[in-house]
This record gives sequence, C-alpha cells and structure tokens, in this order.
Amino acid sequence: MANEKRKKLTPVQQEYHLFEKERETKRPIVRNCVCAFLVGGIICVIGQAISYFYMYFFDFTEQTAGNPTVATMVFLSMILTGLGVYDRIAQFAGAGSAVPVTGFGNAVISAAIEHRTEGFVLGVGSNMFKLAGSVILFGTFAAFVIALVKTIATQWGGL
Amino acid sequence: MLKGHRTWVFANKPAIIATAAVGGPFEANGRLADDFDLLHEDLWLGEESYEKAHRVLIEEAAFQAMEKAGLEKEKVQFFIAGDLINQMTPTNFAARTLGMPYLGVFGACSTSMEGLALSAFITNYGGADYILTGASSHNAAVEKQFRYPTEYGGQKPPTAQWTVTGAGVAIVSSKGDDGPRVTAATIGRVVDMGLADPFNMGGAMAPAAVDTIEAHLRDMQIDASYYDLIVTGDLGRIGRQVSLDLLRQHGIDIDEERYQDCGLLIYRDGQPVLSGASGAACSAVVVYGHLIKRMRRGELKRILAVATGALLSPLSFQQNETIPCIAHAVAIEYGGEA
Repeated sequence: MANEKRKKLTPVQQEYHLFEKERETKRPIVRNCVCAFLVGGIICVIGQAISYFYMYFFDFTEQTAGNPTVATMVFLSMILTGLGVYDRIAQFAGAGSAVPVTGFGNAVISAAIEHRTEGFVLGVGSNMFKLAGSVILFGTFAAFVIALVKTIATQWGGL
Repeated sequence: MLKGHRTWVFANKPAIIATAAVGGPFEANGRLADDFDLLHEDLWLGEESYEKAHRVLIEEAAFQAMEKAGLEKEKVQFFIAGDLINQMTPTNFAARTLGMPYLGVFGACSTSMEGLALSAFITNYGGADYILTGASSHNAAVEKQFRYPTEYGGQKPPTAQWTVTGAGVAIVSSKGDDGPRVTAATIGRVVDMGLADPFNMGGAMAPAAVDTIEAHLRDMQIDASYYDLIVTGDLGRIGRQVSLDLLRQHGIDIDEERYQDCGLLIYRDGQPVLSGASGAACSAVVVYGHLIKRMRRGELKRILAVATGALLSPLSFQQNETIPCIAHAVAIEYGGEA
C-alpha cells in the first residue's frame, strides 16, 4: 500500500498492517517474471510465425502482414477464452498473456460472454468494453499526445 | 438472555433438527464431497444464468432439509437467509418459491451464523416452532459482481480465495428432542483494521474473528478449551495464521488442532484455490454439511462456529475505502442434556 494511504490509518491499524504483512504469502515475483517472459515470448513467436505465413503464402509484405496477424491472434485468443483455457494460462503466465494483443482480445470476449445473459444490447453491447474500454481510451489519448509532441517538434523545433 | 456485553444464552436450547448442503463441481472434487446432499457437475445447473443457478441451489437445499425433517413447507414459520448478490435476488427469489414468511439478512460471508443466531433467538423465545435458515453463494455469479468476468485472464495473487458454489441450510426448532443444540451466540461488531486489498480478505477479516471469539469467551466466562473445535468461516490460510497469532498475543491459549477454518477444510490440497475458500456458502456448507454430521457421529461435542464477513462492495473498493469486517459466533452442543 502507498505510504500516503498508510498515513491516514491510526497507529493500531498501522501496527496490524505490519503484523499481517509478515504473515502474508508474498507474490513470487521472480517466478512470475520468468513465467511471463516465457509465455509472452511463446505468444510472440507464434505471432511471428503467423506473420511469416501471411508473407509467404499470401500477398503481404512485412509492413502489411501486421493486420491479418493481429486479427488471427485475437481470434485464437477468443477461441481459447470461449473454451475456458485462457484464464488458466493467465494464472500461470500473468503479464505474459495479458500484455500481448491476445490479452486484449481476452478482456473483450470474456466480458461479452459474461454479460450474454443480460441480452445482446444492454448486456453484451454495453459491457463488452468494460475492461478494454479504458485501454482504448487512454491508448488513443496517449497516441494523440505523442502525435502533438511530434508535430510541435518537427514544425517549430526544426527537427 | 443477554450475558455479558453481546452474547445471547439460549435457555431452551433450540435444536438443529435437520441440515442440508448443496454444492457445485469444484466442491464435488473437494475433500468434503461425501458430506453434501446434492452435488452438481455443471455450474449452470441447467439454468439460463448463473444467478438463476444460484437461486436453484438455495431451493434445493431448502427442500432437502425439509424432507429430512419430515416437514411440509407450511409448517416452517420463517425463512431467514441471505447471499452476496446485489439486493440478494437469489435468496429473495428462492423465498418466492418457498412461499414462507421471509427475513433477508446480509452479513456477507457471516450470513450463515447471523441467520442461525437470529433463528435460535426467535425459537428460544417461542417466536416460532420451525425456522429455516441458511446462506449461499455461486462462484461465477460472485466473481462477476465483485471481480472480473469468469473467463478474464487476470493473475490472482497467492492471498486470493475461491468462492464456494453451494448452499447450506438448517432447520432450527424449539420442539426437536434430537440433534445438536444451539446454546449461545455472540454478535460481532464491525472491525476495520485498514486493509483495502480485496484479494486478501483473510487478512482483513482476521481481527473481526479474533474480536468476536474474545468477546464470546469473556462473556461466557469460559476458556477456549471448552470447545472441541472453534471453526472460523473463511479466513483462509493467511487469515487463520494471523488470527491464531493475534489470539495468542492477546493471551488466549488455543490448540492449533482445535482451531480450524471452513475455507481450508472444504477443498483438497491440489485444487487451485490459492489461499482457501470463501463466500457465504463456505461456512454454511461446512458447518451444516460436514460439522453437524460429525457431531451426530459423536466426534465433536461442542463447537463454536465463527462466520466471518467482509462488508465491502466493488464500488467501495474502487473509491479507495478500506474493508470493514464482521464475525458472528454461534455455539452448538450435542449430547448434553436438553
């Protein structure tokens, strides 16, 4: 917990915090990092293989192969999510399966499945981006800010 | 009769004449599978939504208990129960099916003992002959409301717990001459030690359990060794250790073997439940399914069931509130004179 938050607590609460922390099972950070590296790496290798597949067997260049590759990866992640496998991989892999685009696909489809019982419009439609919505919003906003910085730097900065 | 500050002693010792426990697929693979009356291999229970499946769990447990007690539902005067879902719709809807006069109670995961304490109080003073009480939870419905979608790939920390799918109910009666008897109940107060991590409920709830156990022993002027078993609701591995150490720090000598947690009894070691089980059904199915059966077999004479509840909502957590917790204790005895 952040230090600022801790300051608001009474001395008794702070004492209990330390007491409880000592007995808490720690997150195995090193193990989590290794797992995330391996699984994340494997996902990327699969993505690279699909990318080559599109370049060799279809009329794609290295630049244009990106879009069908992402679509395929998201599709695969949706299948795995629907079969109930992705969340199990994720418990093992952590950031390794959350950071790649497959994790984004999982966030969307899991919410869509979850809210299916509330109907297509108010359930699936309005809840599908419950988790992924903030990624889209802040991703777009960050891209806008970066583009603004770049424009200012090239136009007036003389770069 | 009030004894001490917040303990009720029931002079007429209402009996628990019948109990029933219903579970889901995860519970069927657990350690206590044999103690359930009914186990489902599918989380959906053949219903269209998890919330409807949740309602069915309660209904099935209620009908099982009434069948065992040999009671028509018209004979049962009150139904006192609760769950974790918004506005408690599963229990409310089950009450619609049952058609009994109904009191919905919410104490998060402490609902089971809150209901039992109230039922015992009412029957003790002649307010009813038979009361049906219980608590339930459904893993997927609870996950959906409190955490992420079921299939969402988020890594849970080792302090997280697994919500039990199931329902546990008991029929409390002033008339029964057979069965374990409710002798006392201590009502908990809300304790907030400033923990805010919803993936570490055990750590947050431990002080509430300790507070209630201490109050119970002080009010009753008894020693912890009076009970064959003091069982907490769903503290899990971390909460149990923390509460055990806290009790010892407060000078209450307690035998580790006789201090168990429902959240650790229900599943096998290999099951991926991280720190243990939780949920309103956790204490309900373990006490009403497993422990009452052990009492009937004569393995346990006196138990103190301390159901622990974390009174948070997804909203309060997002608004950076800490987690207030509560614990209610009920003493159940078997084999003594009525």
